[in-house]
Order: sequence, then C-alpha cells, then structure tokens
Amino acid sequence: MKRVSVSLVQQALLILLSLVSLYPLWFAVQTALKTPQAYALDPSGLPRAPTLDNFLSLFDVMPFARWTLNSIVVSFVSVAAATLIAVLAAYAIVFGRFLGQRVFFNLNIALMALPPVALLVPLFTLMVQVGLINTLPSVTLVYAVLLIPFSVFFLVNFFRELPLELIEAATIDGASHMRILFRIVMPLSVATTATLVIVNAIWVWNELLFALVFLQNNSQRTLMAGLTLFQGRYSTNEPLVMAGAFLSILPLVILYLASQSFFVRGMTAGIGK
Amino acid sequence: MRLSLLRLRRHKDFVGPERRLQRRRTIGRRLWPYLFVTPAALAIAAGFLYPLAKVVWFSFYSGSLGALTYVGTANYTGLWQDPVFFQSVLNNLKLLTTVPIMTILALLIALILNAQIRGWRQYRAIVFFPYILPATAIGLVFGYLLERNGVLNTQLRHWQLGWMAKDWLGSAADVVPAIGGVIIWQQLGFGVVVFAAALLAVPQELVEAAKLDGANGWQIQRAILIPYIRRTIEFFVVVEAITVLSSIFTYVYVLTKGGPAEASSVMEYYIFENGFENGAIGVASAAVVVLLVLACVLIGFYLRLRASGADTGR
Repeated sequence: MKRVSVSLVQQALLILLSLVSLYPLWFAVQTALKTPQAYALDPSGLPRAPTLDNFLSLFDVMPFARWTLNSIVVSFVSVAAATLIAVLAAYAIVFGRFLGQRVFFNLNIALMALPPVALLVPLFTLMVQVGLINTLPSVTLVYAVLLIPFSVFFLVNFFRELPLELIEAATIDGASHMRILFRIVMPLSVATTATLVIVNAIWVWNELLFALVFLQNNSQRTLMAGLTLFQGRYSTNEPLVMAGAFLSILPLVILYLASQSFFVRGMTAGIGK
Repeated sequence: MRLSLLRLRRHKDFVGPERRLQRRRTIGRRLWPYLFVTPAALAIAAGFLYPLAKVVWFSFYSGSLGALTYVGTANYTGLWQDPVFFQSVLNNLKLLTTVPIMTILALLIALILNAQIRGWRQYRAIVFFPYILPATAIGLVFGYLLERNGVLNTQLRHWQLGWMAKDWLGSAADVVPAIGGVIIWQQLGFGVVVFAAALLAVPQELVEAAKLDGANGWQIQRAILIPYIRRTIEFFVVVEAITVLSSIFTYVYVLTKGGPAEASSVMEYYIFENGFENGAIGVASAAVVVLLVLACVLIGFYLRLRASGADTGR
C-alpha cells in the first residue's frame, strides 16, 4: 500500500515537471496562432479562432526567410570545416606521435572551458581589420574555430576505442594515413561523427553573442540575431514574436523527435559502461 | 560553455599503443602527424591564443580602434570605481546559487527516474528537451510569461497566490532571481540526464548486497548511489558554475538588456555594453581579464577533476 502511494507521488511529480518543461513551448505555439487582439483578451487561453497570419507576416515585415537561410549556411559550413579539421587532429593525436602531443591535447581540453566572451573584442577588431565584419564569413570562421577544441576532444575519445590492429594492418599494407583515416576509421565512426555534427550544429544555430556583434546588416543576420531585432521592434505584437520564436525552434524539435534516443545515447556515451 | 556528457569521459594514456607502431616507422612517415594537426593548431593559434594575448594588451589601452593610447592600469582602476561593474560581478555571484539548486533538483529527479518507474525514458527525454533549445527563443517566451500581467502572475492571482506575483523583470529586487529561474528551467535537464546515466552504471550487486543487509531506499541512495556518482556530481557542479559565470549573456540580453537600470547586468553584459555600445574596448578588455581570472579558478578545478580521473580509473 505504501509502495503504491510512493510511486503515485513520484508519477505526479514527474508529470508536473514535464508540464513545466513543455509549457513555454506550448505557450509559444498557442500564442503564435492567435491574433494580437485575441492574445490581449486572453493570454493564457487556447486560441479560439486559430490563424496562421502571424507566420505569414513574419516573412513580410522582416527578411525572415533570408535569416533562416543564413543560419543554415553558417551552421553547415562552420560545422563541416570544424569537423574536418578536428578529425585530422584527433587522428594524429591518437595514432601518431608528434612533439607537444600531450600539451596540444590538454590545450584543447582547457579551451573547451574558456568563456567565448573573452574572445569577442579582439576577434571583432580582427574582423574589422580584414574587412569581414558584417559578413557571414566572419561568424562562420569564428564558429568553426570555437567548435574545434570540443570536437577534437570528442573524436579523440572515440578513436581511442578503435581496435589498433586495424590501423596496424593497414600500415603494414602500405596504406597512407589519409587513406586509413577516410577508408577505415571514418566508416567506423559514422554514428559518432553524426552525433558530433548534430551537437555542434545546434550550438551554432543557437549562438547569439557573436552574431549580434558581428552582423549589423539586416540581410546578413542569423536567425537568432534577427529574432532579437524582432523583439525590439514588435515587442507589443506578442503573437508575431512568438511565431518567430517557434519557427526558430521548430527544426530542433523535429531533429529531437526524430533522433531523441540516439541523441541521449550519443551525448551520454562517455559515462557509464 | 558548451558541454556534452562526453566531457565526463576520462583521460587515458594515449602514447601507449603508439609504441607498437613506432618500431615500423620510417623517418619520412613521421612527418604526417604534423601535417594532420597543422590546420587545428593554426586555427587555435589565430582564434584563441592571439585574441587572448590581444585582449590583455587592449586592457592597458584606451580609445577606439586605430586611435589607441596607452593608459597603464587606468582601465582596471576604472572598473574598481564603477558601481555597474560591481553590480555585474555581484549578479554573477548571486546567479551561482542556481548551481546547488540545480544539482539537488537534478539529483532528486534522477534518483526517482533510476527506480525505473513507468515511463522513465519518456520523462527523461521531456526534461532534457529544454536544454537543446536556443536561449534566445526561450528568453522571448519567458519575457512574456514573466511580464507584470503575464501568464505567471495571472495564474498566481487566479490561485489566490497574488502575494507571490511580482514584477519579475521590472523590479531590481526580483530580476536576478527571475533570470536564475529561467537558467534553472533550461539547464536542469542536462543534470538529470548526466546523473541518470551515472546511476545506471552503479553495479547492481552493490545495491542488492545493501538490500540484503536490510538497508532501506533512502539509506541505499545516501550511502551507495550518491557516493558512487560523486565524481559526476563534482563535474556537473564545476561545469555549471563555469556556465553561470561566463555563458549567460543571451538570457540577460533577451530578458532584460541588463535592466532595470543595470540591476541585472552580468560581467558578459558589461563587456558587451562597454565594448560595443559605448565603444570602450579598453574597459571591456579589462573586464574580460577580471572575468578570466575568476573563471580560471573554476577551470583549474575542472582540469584537476579531469586529470584525477586518469589516476583513479573511475
């Protein structure tokens, strides 16, 4: 009897927790489906006459489609560059031997914990000097660099689990290390690399600080930087702002629903056996 | 700071297996590791090391780019005399109290999930979900929820709890706790997933043996489960402390822009405001150096935790 009541309390707690976790997203959705008048009358109620007008006017009042495209391009290019650079470095750290190997790896670990804001001012002045400020390549380059330490760390930990005999055998057969990496190691690392790419892409998609400072031209913003502009201009049009917020979250929701277990498994792969 | 649970992975000696290969290596072949790490090394030098050196250099200068003058330590004494900077540091310290709250809550939830109650995987997935969302969008949503007549206050009044309703983002006294609440809301799930995974790794024999000895659920949790995952808990605390100290700009920018009247400014926001709104890159850089000194203490803990994993193998 006591056991049943304990588990009921636990279930109730977890349901409450789930509601608290999901409510803000639900609020964004239901607000986005209301007219501003309907929201003013009843901010927390269900939309009586749902409308998609807010989603449509997003694309009229601001270059929302352009921002979305910018975010996609920036995420894609920076993550691809960081992954490639990190794969090469991680392979050398695990299977090669070079001067400063341990120092280099430890440097990557330390830099993972470095606050990005520390780099903001000097990277800004650097981008001004090389004439990239207000262009998408500025943030793309910065993101690619910022992703490297974590990516190296992540890949090194995975590469160490690979059977060394495979690499050894290929070396004896005279295969070049480039070939071993892309023909043997990478095919074995598809799931790991995919996890890394997703985690990194989400980070780039969500990044605000550098995007805000580096991109001041309206058509050159990323989605997150654009959203804050929205907030400034249309803060009294709650449904419009919520429509923008919801659309910026939507790709993440889809990704999470599609690969949630893979996600959690991938992100917890390092602890517990 | 960006994280994934993979950071909890422990150090292993990475030169060991290499020695076996070493014997067969010719001199020409030894060059390849350098070629492989060159792109990463260059990127780190240009994107991390050069800016870090430059920011220290900037902190001794005043004026705008192209017209900088050396001012010695004037920027630092300026910080010392600036009440806004003090307020910002204080707010960061206040927000650090979210870390123990988050840790305890996450631990409790993880222990409940660990009992493998019905639907625990689904609950875990739901609780983790906020963690992947953009803080910008979260900030926009909470900005409306926490308004004076927003949904939270309306509900509180509806439940006859009107005395709890506050002008969350508009009053100097309540704004920092409100931001802390949003941070907890988003980061909690990360802790739950980390702890739940660590708990799953506790050997079942340990728990069974304790049960045979007549230990009850609470005793098992306190005497076996929590000590067993202590290292994971330490990691979470350090990592979250670094995050709250140095990576919460987005919440502050979107929720309050540091307001009302700088009451909710944090160090990052101070750096942003001085560097880019006021054009005082020297002041901003000096604030960065102060932030780095504070962060270094935590980063030191973090590196030590990581290194200690290699010795104990746990």
